[in-house]
Amino acid sequence: MSFEDVAIAFDHPVLESISFQLPRGETKILMGVAGTGKTLILKLALGLLKPDSGHINVLDNEVTAMREQDLFAFRRNIGMVFQESALFDSMTVEENVAYRLIEETGRVTEEIHQRVLEALRFVELEHTVALSPGELSGGMRRRVAIARAIITQPEVLLYDSPTGGLDPVTSNTIIELIVKQRDVYHTSSLMVTHRLQDAFTMASHYFDRQQNKMVPVGDGVDCGDLNTRFLILRDGKIIFEGKAAELLRCDDPYIREYLS
Amino acid sequence: MPLFSPTEFAKDQVLAVQEYSLLAGRSLSNVFAKPRYLDDTLQQADQIGVGSLPIVVLTGFFTGAVLALQTSGTLEQFGSLSLTGKLVAFSMVRELGPVLTGLMVAGRNSSGMASELGSMKVTEQIDAMRAMGVDPSKKLVTPRVVATVVMLFFLSIISDLVGLTGGFMISYLLLGLDANQYWTTAYQGLRFGDVLMGLSKPVIFGFIIASIGCYYGLSAKGGTQGVGRATTQAVVAASVLILVSDFFLTRLLMGFFQY
Repeated sequence: MSFEDVAIAFDHPVLESISFQLPRGETKILMGVAGTGKTLILKLALGLLKPDSGHINVLDNEVTAMREQDLFAFRRNIGMVFQESALFDSMTVEENVAYRLIEETGRVTEEIHQRVLEALRFVELEHTVALSPGELSGGMRRRVAIARAIITQPEVLLYDSPTGGLDPVTSNTIIELIVKQRDVYHTSSLMVTHRLQDAFTMASHYFDRQQNKMVPVGDGVDCGDLNTRFLILRDGKIIFEGKAAELLRCDDPYIREYLS
Repeated sequence: MPLFSPTEFAKDQVLAVQEYSLLAGRSLSNVFAKPRYLDDTLQQADQIGVGSLPIVVLTGFFTGAVLALQTSGTLEQFGSLSLTGKLVAFSMVRELGPVLTGLMVAGRNSSGMASELGSMKVTEQIDAMRAMGVDPSKKLVTPRVVATVVMLFFLSIISDLVGLTGGFMISYLLLGLDANQYWTTAYQGLRFGDVLMGLSKPVIFGFIIASIGCYYGLSAKGGTQGVGRATTQAVVAASVLILVSDFFLTRLLMGFFQY
């Protein structure tokens, strides 16, 4: 994925001269104060909004030049977890998770049912398959949203504040799932977060398949090995891009204040 | 508080008309494109058609009854009380059946569509649908438009029939008219053009109700307050458009059938 000199304005400029690359398999954590355009970057990457200028290339598709009708097919290769989960209230958890697959077949087949169970097992919510979203807690809804995003094993995943408004324990569970997706399936992803703790947990932990849990990297292991980079926005512009270690060494007063 | 800008207001209105036209156009062109959501269309048809039946029956019955009651005095002065059936049939089939049914369904379903889609919009469910590669205009708008057009057509027929029955009850029980005379004048008073006019209006009204409801729902913003605003605007706009289009449609069809 690449952004080249992307700009968008509504009543006032929101994003200006945004350029960055997301190589295959890398996770990029977008941070910045509220209103700096982090969610907007995710929506632009998905083609939900068109920029005023610049180019966005995702999976060898020039998103900015695509028609809405062509974007529908393109978006099937990308998974997105929305800030408030955005589960369909009128459907069960199974129908929500299987939504993309039902679109192709028209109904829940036995094969789809098994894939739904597999996706729900990944987020440890297999028992909720017949429930409706209204019966789930906030954390469970986010996990169902992750299951919905990964069921088709998309090549790119976009997370919009997946831990926003959740307690630390639930947040940690969700970060563990994102780390698991990163290290087990090596999916490229963009993650927006306000929680520094989550961002640094992602940059300092990996998923151990033998132990089946997230564990911290040992001493002397460069955080960059985890294929996780930070991108910090301020007033619609990128002011930092790099690894966790570089971020901690950064002298920029704004970033020092932000991290403190 | 910022000053009111007439230019911005005009631009917003033009933009709204453009967006509504695009959505309405897509809802029609989607009928000929795959995928077709038959299950959703049938579900909407049940919700709109069967769900609206009680209010349509009640409205139609009492409109026909009051029509007979109100006009009987005038007709009697000219010694034409026997034409009550014809007057009720003429008024119900050509005008009141389709218009009142349209207004009732607009009040019930335009608001329902605007609030349902508006809630989906403000909770990002519409964006989630688009993000998963599903076109909301195909999945949400076209089934509602098709279902409303088809069901309003049949609801108007039911309303006409029930209205005639209401008129008959008054004519027979209160005015002492002969049953055979009422139904014969009602039947013979109608021409092919009257029936066609009465049946073509619900098609247009149905399209207005669904497309306006969906448009306001999909353009809702600003949380629950925005959903409430979209719901009110949808009912008002749909009702006004039904009455305005009724006038032009009537004029057009009157010219066509040379009334």
